[in-house]
Amino acid sequence: MTHHIGPLDLRVDPARCVCLSGASGSGKTLLLRAIADLDPHQGTVWLDERPCDSFPAPEWRRRVGLLPAESKWWYERVGEHMGGLEPGWLEQLGFSGQVLEWEVRRCSTGERQRLALLRLLANRPQALLLDEPTASLDPANVRRMETLLEKYRIQYGVAVLWVSHDPEQIRRVATRHFELRDGHLLEQTG
Amino acid sequence: MNILPLTPLDLALASILVIALAALSRMLHLGVGRQLIIAALRTTIQLLLVGLVLKALFANAQLAWLTLVSLVMLLMAGREVMVRQKRRFRGWWGFGLGTLSMFVSSFSVTILALTVIINNQPWYLPQYAIPLLGMLLGNTMNGISLGLDQLTRNAWEQREVIEQRLLLGGSWSEVVADIRREAMRVGLVPIINAMAAAGIVSLPGMMTGQILAGTPPVIAVNYQILIMFLIAAGTGFGTMVSVSLGARRLFDKRHRLCLERLI
Repeated sequence: MTHHIGPLDLRVDPARCVCLSGASGSGKTLLLRAIADLDPHQGTVWLDERPCDSFPAPEWRRRVGLLPAESKWWYERVGEHMGGLEPGWLEQLGFSGQVLEWEVRRCSTGERQRLALLRLLANRPQALLLDEPTASLDPANVRRMETLLEKYRIQYGVAVLWVSHDPEQIRRVATRHFELRDGHLLEQTG
Repeated sequence: MNILPLTPLDLALASILVIALAALSRMLHLGVGRQLIIAALRTTIQLLLVGLVLKALFANAQLAWLTLVSLVMLLMAGREVMVRQKRRFRGWWGFGLGTLSMFVSSFSVTILALTVIINNQPWYLPQYAIPLLGMLLGNTMNGISLGLDQLTRNAWEQREVIEQRLLLGGSWSEVVADIRREAMRVGLVPIINAMAAAGIVSLPGMMTGQILAGTPPVIAVNYQILIMFLIAAGTGFGTMVSVSLGARRLFDKRHRLCLERLI
């Protein structure tokens, strides 16, 4: 099975958030995986004028962090998966410090999704690729996540590429909005 | 030698047991009756043929003939490792990985044992070299196929976890470490169990054969201990080599999981 997307040209400036929408199967996830260099691809991705190839792959993925739609966990407890959280992050997503002692298998899908974002931010990525990050959350937690992401984006000057299906959310978070259709990016206005 | 030769009639009597087993399997619909008969026929024909080959080889104890026979044994073992994998590597890797690892471990251990420990003149005396190599190949084959099977199967089943760990900035070697360790362990378990049970639960085949042939038990036992150590070393090193190479092959230069390299 080979999908073809592109060629496409996209620039996300520091501290900006570009939203990406498109029908399911249009290749949004594949695009994010290619940018994270997890799938073989043609073309080049640049981070601060440095091409992807000039970084060792693991370092590239720490700098260009991809949050998949479904998070996976491999140790027993939450805290074993992450270090280097900033004080206040847990609370901003509605957790207490005790969450790090929790067993992963007892966490709900929504809790795992929020924790997966913190696990990713602990790497302090310079660019973020978010694949429907709030899909399994209730409205209050959607707002918490949006607020934390906005703070992080502005504080660290991070470029964000955000896949979302929710027009309301796109209106709230996006500086620009594109639709991926037939392998091409179409800018949406208004 | 005071061993009693077996007549074809003796073997025919023993074969009745296998035929009875096949008949019973058929009645119970186990679906292995046919395989059982074919395997029994294969064992008869293959062993008779190898008896002739060994007879000829012992009569012409030349290094060139010995090398030829050893290589044929190696290639057959390599094929066996390949077909035992549920998900093996595509192309030459499927055959080459196990074969190379067996070559490295079995051949080096056999040559070491022949030249340094047993120390015959000439060192490649086929009466020693072929049985030693055969036992080593047979056992390393088990370890390597178990280890590789475990490696590729786990990588397949845990691909989402592996990719998640890569996404968080893990290197290929970090994210595959648990799977690789488990695969090596699985490959080593049978020989550890065999050494632990030797003499108490089981009388190993080679020692039994020597005793049947009239060798004093203590000499037979010493040989068996030697063989056990050689097998442990050959299986262990062979499994480690093959699982390490296999784990590397699962990823490309950009630390991507390449499951399309498996069948």
